[in-house]
Amino acid sequence: MSELEELTACFGSAGGDVLALGDAGSAHLAASGHRILSSRTVEGLVVDAREIADGISAKVTVQAGVRLEKPVHMCFGVLHKEGTQKIEMDIRLEEGSAAQFIAHCLFPKAEKVRHIMDATISIGEGAEMRYSETHYHGLSGGVEVVPKAVVSIGRGGRYFTDFTLTTGRVGKLDLDYTVEAAEDAVTEMAARVFGHGRDDIHIRDRVMLAGMNARGLIKTRVAIEDDATAEVTGITEGNAAGARGHVDCMEIVKDRAVARAIPIVQVNDPGAKVTHEASIGSVDKRQMETLMAHGLSPEQAVDIIVKGILK
Amino acid sequence: MSLLEIRDLVYEANAQRPERILDGLSLSVERDEVHALIGTNGTGKSTLASVIMGCEGYAPASGDVIFVGRSLAGLRVHERARLGITMAWQEPARFEGISVSQYLSLRGDSGEPARYLELVGLSVQRYGNRMVDRSLSGGERKRIELASLLALKPKLAVLDEPDSGIDMLSMQDIINVIGAFKQSGSAVLLITHREEVAMIADRASQLCGGRIICSGNPEKVAEHYKARHCDICTGRECHYV
Repeated sequence: MSELEELTACFGSAGGDVLALGDAGSAHLAASGHRILSSRTVEGLVVDAREIADGISAKVTVQAGVRLEKPVHMCFGVLHKEGTQKIEMDIRLEEGSAAQFIAHCLFPKAEKVRHIMDATISIGEGAEMRYSETHYHGLSGGVEVVPKAVVSIGRGGRYFTDFTLTTGRVGKLDLDYTVEAAEDAVTEMAARVFGHGRDDIHIRDRVMLAGMNARGLIKTRVAIEDDATAEVTGITEGNAAGARGHVDCMEIVKDRAVARAIPIVQVNDPGAKVTHEASIGSVDKRQMETLMAHGLSPEQAVDIIVKGILK
Repeated sequence: MSLLEIRDLVYEANAQRPERILDGLSLSVERDEVHALIGTNGTGKSTLASVIMGCEGYAPASGDVIFVGRSLAGLRVHERARLGITMAWQEPARFEGISVSQYLSLRGDSGEPARYLELVGLSVQRYGNRMVDRSLSGGERKRIELASLLALKPKLAVLDEPDSGIDMLSMQDIINVIGAFKQSGSAVLLITHREEVAMIADRASQLCGGRIICSGNPEKVAEHYKARHCDICTGRECHYV
């Protein structure tokens, strides 16, 4: 089996749309380690992906006014037990464009793997970007994932992102996203992570509502068990009149796991409003008893609640 | 044999500083019966519901709850549910990531979400794929909870004040739901503070100071509720105002 076939098979197992990789009407980029295995572009989408000395560099541009009908699929991974994958991504959505990106990051056999993603994202005036990233890890916990993104959203632009790492062991996660939203811009950032064993989870989301009437939501859902640890920092700054932000963090803790939540809300303009809510603890007693009153055992109830919040 | 028999139940909120919330309460619910439990706030209605269901922190100090001839002492909520008791809380819990259709089939049976949603006045087309989370109004959530209990076909459903709260159900909604429980052979313990709701029951009991002070025909109990005849509080606390 070729490396591409192996990556494709793994991509399918992780819920990826395998047919999309063969669809001439869908754009994609597939890379294993520091090798680009396959890529395709479509009209209005310019992709300049290169293998560089210490990783992969990809510049992706959605041209002004282009609204891509089908998602752009990204399939990254390290299929061996050891290795490093460093990706530098520069994504630009020009004025009035729209695109959805679906990324799958695959590390099925990882015992000593590093995955580093440095992304710079620029969303032009009135443009919209949706980005979802789903990780598929093996059971050893030997993965270190370091995704960083700096995002700027132009006037009236929209940015929605969703990070999911709920399959296999997390290993070590150090996620750091910063978003700056201009006037009338909207952003929603969601992260869902399930940690086991000695997994170590750090999530830091920061939204700066710089323009008037900008809106932002940070939503984090983390469940940890065994000896896992998690620290979630959600920062929202309201820096202009009419800006509205909310930080919503929920962490469910089992066994000897330890969780921290640090919501930071800052308002620098009296016309801005930022709110937060954070809950950490075991599964909510009322939720448990409600499900148990339907005949579910405590174990089944916990399972349903945890799966629900991570969905 | 009664379906549910409660004998001399005593529940104290705090073992260190005992204060009797239920004080020697006795009550029975028969098969296929709708039994209304009426009382003002703080008389012990919701506490009794939690004791019957076996919720954490609600073990009685003395007395017994007997269901189909079997003591429920020591049984946890799910064990009681598997015997055929279930409960709708006054403010039902909300769940992220669980759709209404999934919620109505929690125990793995295929279920008939459409049918049970219709019984509470909701359509599966509109609600089946919605989440049982904060996006639902209080009234919608209450209806979905009642639909989920109907789907369980319990022997006994304890309904804690379906007629109260910000999004209370209307009288007609409650009549419809009670009718659906009766039709499927379930008995209902209907907890309320409104005498007009108690009137739709087959039998009613009035609660004050953790004890039943009047029981029998709903009209008679409703009259008693309004008339301020109480040996425990002399009508100051437990009666209709």
